[in-house]
Amino acid sequence: MISLEINGKAVSAQENETLLKVIRDQGIRIPTLCHMEELTPSGACRLCVVEVDGQRGLTPSCAYPVADGMKVRTHSPRVLRARRTIVELLLSNHPDDCLYCVRNNQCDLQNLASEFNVTDRRFTGKKKTGPMDVSSPSLIRDPAKCILCGRCVRVCEEIQQVSAIDFIGRGGSTTVGTLFDGGLNTSTCINCGQCVMVCPTAALSEQDSIKDVEAALDDPERIVIVQHAPSVSVTLGESLGLKTGADCDGIMTAALRRLGFDWVFDTGFTADLTIMEEASELAQRISDGGVLPMMTSCSPGWIKYVEQFYPDMLPNLSSCKSPQQMMGALIKGWFAGRESIDPARLYSVSIMPCTAKKFEAQRPEMAQSGSQADIDAVLTTRELARLLRRRGIEPRTLSPEAADSPFGERATAGKIFGASGGVMEAALRTAHYLLTGTDLEDPRFLALRGPQGLKEAAVNIGGLTVNVAVVSGLANAARLLTDVRAGKKSVHFIEVMTCPGGCVGGGGQPLDTDPARIKARMQALYAIDRNGPVRQSHANPSVQRLYREYLGAPLSERSHHQLHTKYQTRDVDG
Amino acid sequence: MALNTVSDVLDRVPHAKRDALIPLLQEIQERDGFLSQSAMKALAARLGLPAVKVYGVATFYNQFRFHSVGRNHIQVCRGTACHVKGSAAVLEALQFELGIEAGATTRDGLFSLEVVSCIGACGLAPVISINGEFHAALTPEKVRALLNDLRKAAKGAHDEQLA
Repeated sequence: MISLEINGKAVSAQENETLLKVIRDQGIRIPTLCHMEELTPSGACRLCVVEVDGQRGLTPSCAYPVADGMKVRTHSPRVLRARRTIVELLLSNHPDDCLYCVRNNQCDLQNLASEFNVTDRRFTGKKKTGPMDVSSPSLIRDPAKCILCGRCVRVCEEIQQVSAIDFIGRGGSTTVGTLFDGGLNTSTCINCGQCVMVCPTAALSEQDSIKDVEAALDDPERIVIVQHAPSVSVTLGESLGLKTGADCDGIMTAALRRLGFDWVFDTGFTADLTIMEEASELAQRISDGGVLPMMTSCSPGWIKYVEQFYPDMLPNLSSCKSPQQMMGALIKGWFAGRESIDPARLYSVSIMPCTAKKFEAQRPEMAQSGSQADIDAVLTTRELARLLRRRGIEPRTLSPEAADSPFGERATAGKIFGASGGVMEAALRTAHYLLTGTDLEDPRFLALRGPQGLKEAAVNIGGLTVNVAVVSGLANAARLLTDVRAGKKSVHFIEVMTCPGGCVGGGGQPLDTDPARIKARMQALYAIDRNGPVRQSHANPSVQRLYREYLGAPLSERSHHQLHTKYQTRDVDG
Repeated sequence: MALNTVSDVLDRVPHAKRDALIPLLQEIQERDGFLSQSAMKALAARLGLPAVKVYGVATFYNQFRFHSVGRNHIQVCRGTACHVKGSAAVLEALQFELGIEAGATTRDGLFSLEVVSCIGACGLAPVISINGEFHAALTPEKVRALLNDLRKAAKGAHDEQLA
């Protein structure tokens, strides 16, 4: 233990702790724009400076270890003056377009300017004039708004192990850029949007599809259908002023109808369908000696990651499309036929926690129903919140409504898809039924729940031991795959979610990477599961009906045509 | 060409890791005259680094070039003494006359322009070096004359070749 003094008060701390952590543990707020708990300290923004007795300059507390006998002042006049000047310097070359900015009122830099009462421009710097990078189907980069904190660079490298972006150049001309400044769409970017989640300004944001959706809603010739992903109902509430984890499924459905959507479907339905197909595929691979371990295929960032970096493991990917794309294929295929609607009149929208879903919707593989894409537009949770505000809809005043038949019903198994470990848990419930003919007495797999990056379990199904692993954050996936390739781990089934914590931490969610918040969102999904009347995908009556009326059985020819696909090696410079 | 360079360079240091990145970039540039995209990608793959990291490091240092050099490679000294004696105007004249920014090569391949910090000839300030040969006490007028001479010389050599 170490003793030091913070603002005149004696404090004890562990060796090797950073000064910032010890100060914050005292309940003292220190602003930072570059620091993140789970990433390497970089000391880039300097806002966390404090005064340490005996040191000539100010000390960046995020990158400085505590030492015995230190005397620290966190809010002395000198410190406050420095912090204010730093904010003013950051603003010196920043565009003054807050009013038109996507992050207006949600910007860390704007908040600090207000906190330090910066009311005029004291320094005028040369504005950055680099062009915006709008090449990606998922993300927009605006270097003019970049303050070079490096959070995006570190998330991309340390959490996702992608490194699509890095610092290019130096000094006053430094930018965050892609390889040879070629733009995100030709880079190794997997579209996950974690960079957007950590960006303190609007240098990174999602491609906004609200205009396209509004045009379709306003077109009387169009029939507009919407589906919403399992995690959205427990995160949208944060944008509506509800408490974290509040489930707003019913009022969201009501609000979507008020927006003018003709049908509202629940992606949880096709999550159940995914489980039927995927659990059957696993059982088949195990009994027929197929390629193992099988890896889940519902997270589109992960799919591109495998295509780029692990092409030799493409046969390990489940051939199942993601729930979004299964729903897309069914809507413009079987459903349009049943309702006698020309698919060309249909406009299919999905509300997703995810920016990579925008990329997935545009994949050539995802146009089974003809030449046009199965999904026409993807809105993130954030975009839905903006659309509701713009159209004057106040969901909290609405009475809950149920989603539409035939794709509005889900088991709670399809709901927990939104949390890392949920797909695996849902699949094991159904695999148990498929292999033994009986349901699990206790359908919970507690070892597979929680925010950890890697979770493992050995599960006994009818005398057969199935080794399963669950990872989220692709650096964790890369570590696991390295072990699997080296033969250090024998696993049958791997669930991979691109974003830490799964879809509840997705790159399209309300802007917050606070681990406590992600955990609360997860717990909300498990609470829904605990109270759910139907907890197994195979027990979903609507799923059973679809197999009876159309698909036949899991892995049938129709299933293969509509619900499965194949991915190929992607040659990207990286 | 560039790929062979990377293999040649790396085959001599098969266990090179990321800490060898800068000397390897220097060696590749010495052989090829510049860093090509294919060379940077190949080097990244061999060192197990993301290519954008190699590009990021290479763009950090003034010494690395990303275009092949021209037949007349002009280095403009922007050190302190040259600055005081007017090297900013010399650089501006060169960029204007050649129609390129520092770091680039003219389309005809005749000239390339590079800014260097100090070439150790402060007594000759402001000084530039063309293919290693120093030209002292320059002014924008002298720069124009110098470029004209070089263009004439190149044209003469070209006509001679045709005759």
